[in-house]
Amino acid sequence: MESVVRLKGLTKRYGDLVAVDDVSFDVKQAEIFGIIGPNGAGKTSVVECLLGLRSRDAGSITVLGEDPALGGRSLLTRIGVQLQAAALQDRLRVREAVRLFAALYPKAEEPDRLIAEWGLSDKANTAFGDLSGGQRQRLFITLALVNRPELVVLDELTTGLDPQARRATWELVRAVRDRGATVVLVTHFMDEAEVLCDRVAVIDHGKIRALDTPRALMHAQQASARVLFTAPAGFSAQLIAGAPGVETIEQTGSQVSVTGHGPLLVHVAARLVALPDPPMDLRAERVTLEDVFLQLTGRQVRD
Amino acid sequence: MGKALGALTLVELKLFFRNPRAAFFVIAFPLLMLFVFGSIFGNRPSPGLGVGAMDMSVPGYIGMIVGTTGLMGVPGWISTYREQGIFRRFAVTPVRPSAVLLAQGAVGLITSLIGVLLLIVAGRIAFHLKMPAAPVALLPAFFLASAGIMSLGAMIAAVARTARTAQAVGMAIYFPMLFLSGSAFPRAMMPEGVKRISNFLPLSHVNELLSGLWLEGVWRPASVAVLAGVLALAGAIAVRNFRWE
Repeated sequence: MESVVRLKGLTKRYGDLVAVDDVSFDVKQAEIFGIIGPNGAGKTSVVECLLGLRSRDAGSITVLGEDPALGGRSLLTRIGVQLQAAALQDRLRVREAVRLFAALYPKAEEPDRLIAEWGLSDKANTAFGDLSGGQRQRLFITLALVNRPELVVLDELTTGLDPQARRATWELVRAVRDRGATVVLVTHFMDEAEVLCDRVAVIDHGKIRALDTPRALMHAQQASARVLFTAPAGFSAQLIAGAPGVETIEQTGSQVSVTGHGPLLVHVAARLVALPDPPMDLRAERVTLEDVFLQLTGRQVRD
Repeated sequence: MGKALGALTLVELKLFFRNPRAAFFVIAFPLLMLFVFGSIFGNRPSPGLGVGAMDMSVPGYIGMIVGTTGLMGVPGWISTYREQGIFRRFAVTPVRPSAVLLAQGAVGLITSLIGVLLLIVAGRIAFHLKMPAAPVALLPAFFLASAGIMSLGAMIAAVARTARTAQAVGMAIYFPMLFLSGSAFPRAMMPEGVKRISNFLPLSHVNELLSGLWLEGVWRPASVAVLAGVLALAGAIAVRNFRWE
């Protein structure tokens, strides 16, 4: 399948600081590609080089068949972007904003139709400064789509939103892809990447630490599963120690935590059935991308 | 590009009039000055000069509009757009963020012109204001004056780290200049020592230039040179230090 974005050996320095260090990846058509990492990992620098906003020190970049460093600004007519920490004028109203942005492109969607499509009709006369965080993100996505882009780049879209608004925004991102656009999503929220992205690149200190589907990344974890329960009467660790896939058993007070791989819950349950009074609260805790990240980088993603 | 710039300018113009403070100081305040001082002093031509108090004051009020736009408006517009990330949003569209800056400059000129025209019409109707001796030359003079003072404002925005600082510095420069330049009261009334200080202020030369053309129909070459110099120097410093974010 055709690559929409192709990075090879991208390197970007600011003085002595190497912000992006030999980063390579391909983004395929119509996928949601995540770039995840903590603040300051180099995500935004990657995106800014990719958009031609910053020059690079080494490597090659092809976006929609063009080199962003050479194409002038024509490439930006084919991309929709919302960068982190970008905003609009406080007194600018929603309809005015969409109309203004439509006027900035040679070809654009019909503003009122787009406003209706993205559920902003009842806010059309509301000023940007009076919108809630979720409504702003909705407007930003609408503006990023005004030029019918082939590629949409969304940088830290849900930072500062409450959980409900974040989930609503995720739906919007899926809808963007369903219209046929390729999406590059930059985030420091692991749950967001896990839920939304087809593939993710984990970036830390300017380097790619891993690149795969969230599922494959989680499977690659040494301990890919964790099972928890309250120890019933007569339980001893011996009972489950030999079960397939079990790697560690930890007991703190009456709480037992088992880690391992494979269908761990099933195997542990099979052993516990032998007890006269089996535990009521046997449950599996899913390994998240957060755990993957912690293992890859040795640090928590949240600041 | 022309379409984009037109759309940006129209939007910025609307936003200007939605901000009551900016609209008040550029449009309403000079009219207020005209009516307050006009009702006190009238505009009867004094026997010696052949012009009245308002004839002498109105070029200074125009200077006030130029100063308000350039030193209260421009530093705030540029620095808040930078600070809030508005330039950053336009940086990822096919227009450069400089198109937004250009639109802001155009709005500064357009709104100043509206202020000036209202001032002239009101002065004419209420006080039989003497019409300019050199009306055609007044337009390029007004543009030079506006460009010079606006480039000062752009320089302040470029050098200041935050929007708060930019606005404070703009005011700190503007208000003393307002009183020492002959905008608030004519330079002819100033004592010699104050006048000497006044000669160093860019806004004084705006007022000299405009009143020269208005009352006598002559260019003041020294003031033209000073304003062109301010434009070149402040413009260069602004460009050198400019940051979009």
